[in-house]
Amino acid sequence: MTRTLVVIGNGMVGHHLVRTLTERGGDWRIVVLAEEPRPAYDRVALSSYVDGWDAGKLELAPVDVETRLGDKVVEIDRAARKVVTEQGFVQDYDALVLATGSYPFVPPVPGHDRANCYVYRTIEDLDAIRAHGGVNGVVIGGGLLGLEAANALRLMGVRPQVVELAPRLMPLQIDEGGGALLRREVLRLGLDVHCGVSVAGVEDDRVVLSDGSELPADIVVFSAGVRPRDDLARTVGLEIGERGGIVVDEGCRTSDESIYAVGECACIDGRVYGLVAPGYAMADVVVDRLLGGTKAFPGADTSTKLKLLGVDVASFGDAHATSPGALEVVHNDPVSGSYKKIVVSDDARTLLGGVLVGDAGAYATLRAFVGRPLPADPGSLIAPAGAATNTALPDDAQVCSCHGVTKADIVKAIGGGCADVPSLKTCTKAGTGCGSCVPTLKQLLTSCGVEQSKAVCEHFTQSRAELFEIIRATNIRTFSQLVAEHGTGSGCDLCKPVVASILASLNSGHVLEGEQAALQDTNDHFLANLQRNGTYSVVPRIPGGEITPQKLMVIAEVAQDFGLYTKITGGQRIDLFGATVDQLPLIWRRLVDAGFESGHAYGKALRTVKSCVGSTWCRYGVQDSVGLAIELELRYRGLRSPHKLKAGVSGCARECAEARSKDFGVIATEHGWNLYVGGNGGFTPRHADLIVSDVDTVELVRIIDRFVMFYVRTADRLQRTSAWLEAMEGGLDHLRDVIVNDSLGICADLEAAMAAHVRDYADEWRGVLEDPVKLARFSSFVNAPGVPDPTISFREERGQRVPVKLGIPEVSAR
Amino acid sequence: MTAVQERTWTTVCRYEDLLPGRGVAALLASGEQVAVFRTQDGLHVLSNHDPFSCAAVLSRGIVGDRGGVPVVVSPVYKQAFELATGRCVDDVEVNVATYPVDVWDGYVRVGSP
Ligand code: SRM
Ligand SMILES: Cc1cc2nc3c(=O)[nH]c(=O)nc-3n(C[C@H](O)[C@H](O)[C@H](O)COP(=O)(O)OP(=O)(O)OC[C@H]3O[C@@H](n4cnc5c(N)ncnc54)[C@H](O)[C@@H]3O)c2cc1C
Ligand code: SF4
Ligand code: FES
Repeated sequence: MTRTLVVIGNGMVGHHLVRTLTERGGDWRIVVLAEEPRPAYDRVALSSYVDGWDAGKLELAPVDVETRLGDKVVEIDRAARKVVTEQGFVQDYDALVLATGSYPFVPPVPGHDRANCYVYRTIEDLDAIRAHGGVNGVVIGGGLLGLEAANALRLMGVRPQVVELAPRLMPLQIDEGGGALLRREVLRLGLDVHCGVSVAGVEDDRVVLSDGSELPADIVVFSAGVRPRDDLARTVGLEIGERGGIVVDEGCRTSDESIYAVGECACIDGRVYGLVAPGYAMADVVVDRLLGGTKAFPGADTSTKLKLLGVDVASFGDAHATSPGALEVVHNDPVSGSYKKIVVSDDARTLLGGVLVGDAGAYATLRAFVGRPLPADPGSLIAPAGAATNTALPDDAQVCSCHGVTKADIVKAIGGGCADVPSLKTCTKAGTGCGSCVPTLKQLLTSCGVEQSKAVCEHFTQSRAELFEIIRATNIRTFSQLVAEHGTGSGCDLCKPVVASILASLNSGHVLEGEQAALQDTNDHFLANLQRNGTYSVVPRIPGGEITPQKLMVIAEVAQDFGLYTKITGGQRIDLFGATVDQLPLIWRRLVDAGFESGHAYGKALRTVKSCVGSTWCRYGVQDSVGLAIELELRYRGLRSPHKLKAGVSGCARECAEARSKDFGVIATEHGWNLYVGGNGGFTPRHADLIVSDVDTVELVRIIDRFVMFYVRTADRLQRTSAWLEAMEGGLDHLRDVIVNDSLGICADLEAAMAAHVRDYADEWRGVLEDPVKLARFSSFVNAPGVPDPTISFREERGQRVPVKLGIPEVSAR
Repeated sequence: MTAVQERTWTTVCRYEDLLPGRGVAALLASGEQVAVFRTQDGLHVLSNHDPFSCAAVLSRGIVGDRGGVPVVVSPVYKQAFELATGRCVDDVEVNVATYPVDVWDGYVRVGSP
């Protein structure tokens, strides 16, 4: 017989419960009654709404059950087992779940209900804050939500100040040392923070603090904690916890046996949890019970890891060292902005918890060891470079805390055929919450010996390196012939650019010549970088960062005449933003006439060779770093490669050019040059490794030629030299054997290939300007060239034009 | 009662001017922007408006196939759209408009939807 389950509240936990129950089957008719007017959304990611104002992006996967949106439940009749909504809809139930969540707590200070006061919980709250706007804002509460709210204000163009009653930020999650570092990082972003004071009152234009000081405030956001929404339960006499929350047993049942409570409105083991993972665990318990099981709430992992204003913050286990005899081991490095503390048992054998601020790389591993014997000496676990990452996890260690998935579950799924992260996500749900366990999933795949497929895409079973060899050996020079003879179908956005890049590396003429043009990514197709509003940016090459005043003036004039936003890049050159497709040739005509060339900022190709000022000016310089950087940049410019290539040359060991963070870096010595390879900035930084030392310029260039060409031929699609070197069998020693000792006998061939590249190089933009067929493609509309794209518009910021963000829905003024 | 509406056609360019396997943008009389693609299986016209980035750039995407079905991939965040139907392959909830197209005396014409 079908029974009816009514769920009150369609927040994250209610939605998870309904979704899990429908997935597990069973004979329940489900009715969801929801106060909010829109489908369930990801509240944890609420702050990302500010980026684009697209509520659709937050929506959770839809579940096909009867749902009444925008109609709140106002009455429960326990005796008759029915509920009534505000609009008078009546629904019977056999089982009822309360998933009503929390409401933001607003301290009853004078003025707290003025028109400039807001809370931060729903999409509607954010819309209202945005519609109000203002110059100065005050956020009351310096916890997780307060900091997120402050950042959201910042992104809306409001200058926020944060007021926190406790002596430090995020008092619940982190300790004093971590709080101090967080505060420093937050101040650096221009947020003002006032700790250890409370709010005495709110006026229309300011907030008055308990110490008598006043902060200007056009808008005030209260973020002073949340309270469980237990009002419905109270009125019908369900048991309520001492400090609020609907009391439930280990099966999440309230004092009425046909009513359950889950999520932030529930009080379990005397506690109310304000995180989503314990809520999901409760929902899983209720689903199991509804299907006749006996699952009990396993206790909650309140570990958190987040990125707040770009700062990693993590806390896990007994972060405040409250266990008797607990010891703290701290590594604090204010220079690099990293604070790490672990809490261990009195015999220093068992890990109890910890706090990481700044660098939370060790989080996944450390969290899994909570309550277990330490795998290594406590100090080494938090030493820089995190020795902890390679320690083997025990089988029952929880890898994904969002969905309670253990290492054993993952290993089992891998054994059952999951061969990559996406399939692990589908099979186990691990990695589908906050995503912080994804790196561990990858490690487990590798340690289980799963070979990740090297196929470029569904059209080619070959790897990029194999395609390179096929094209080189067969002389096939068109994509259509290649896919017909060695692949299937008509190609896609993965294989076409790969083949285009290989053809270009093999000197097959202009990248927009004939069929090659159709293979290029939009950046290469228009020889410029696509920006978020459909305009492009222009980066002329400035070798080694050296530029004459005359050339600077040309750039300034072009920027002024075309109204381009101008910025110095991180690569020692100048980027001009906001050009439309039809303006690109006009801009480049002027730049080429003044002697500029393409900077290939759009291509997977050599970007820049960064240089320091070197021996010409610097009192410490021992070689001419600028001269060498220019020589190298001109030598390798235009070379297409598996990913972008960056280089640097420093004039002495002080390393002002940061050469060791580059794909190849050169550092001057008294006797010549040291060459380092495989460095990277970006997402996974890596210092380059020394491959030869004290060589002269001729020898240096010869080895770089071989290094770069070997990389171009053998690396995977979008694999930087650092990842290529890390994955290379035999590592650095093997690489040195091949390119210094010529162990494979290919060096002459690599050098010849590079010589051909240097000989055949021609500026791509000049090539376009000289060819009417290529030029004709740079038009906004094929039937109306010269008519600008009507969706593009600009506003002014700090004296320059910037894009008006597209897709911002209208908000009505209040 | 059924309202009969005339379809309006906009002549866009010579068929020969289209690069096989690539798109161009065109402006219709109504002010709408469309993306016109010439592929192995003929001509396709979609709205030029990318629903994910909100930029008018679909004409600049790479054309290919997913599991044999012809698609264009948005150049911004790389979602694929079926050329024949406008359906987004990566998000079943999303569609872009398609437009009728034919070749008349060597010229490509796009019709109102
Ligand atoms: C313009 C610039 C930022 C700036 O204003 O300073 C920039 C802008 C972009 N970077 Fe960068 N990066 C810029 C310097 C850097 C640097 C610093 C440097 O080169 O010294 C790095 C770290 C060093 C490194 O690469 O190892 C850097 C690491 C990245 C990464 C991460 C690469 C990695 O291996 O992890 C990406 C993403 C990618 O390539 O996949 C990226 C991607 C991008 C893209 C292409 C993202 C995109 O697809 O839109 C940005 C568009 C460029 C444009 O012009 O529209 N950018 N980017 C800098 C251009 C330098 C130049 O003159 O060419
Ligand atoms: C900005 C922000 C950032 C966050 N970041 C994190 C994070 O990084 N990590 C983390 O773990 N947690 C985070 N949280 C907390 C997390 O969002 C909550 O723990 C989670 O949403 C709780 O789910 P819930 O279903 O219990 O409550 P909710 O998601 O609040 O859902 C309750 C729903 O019930 C509805 N409702 C209430 N009463 C009724 C009624 N009488 N009739 C009908 N409907 C009703 C409400 O309108 C609401 O839609 C964050 C929260 C916010 C606001
Ligand atoms: S790296 Fe050396 S030579 Fe170059 S600027 Fe720094 S100190 Fe001077
Ligand atoms: S820990 Fe959050 S998704 Fe796995």
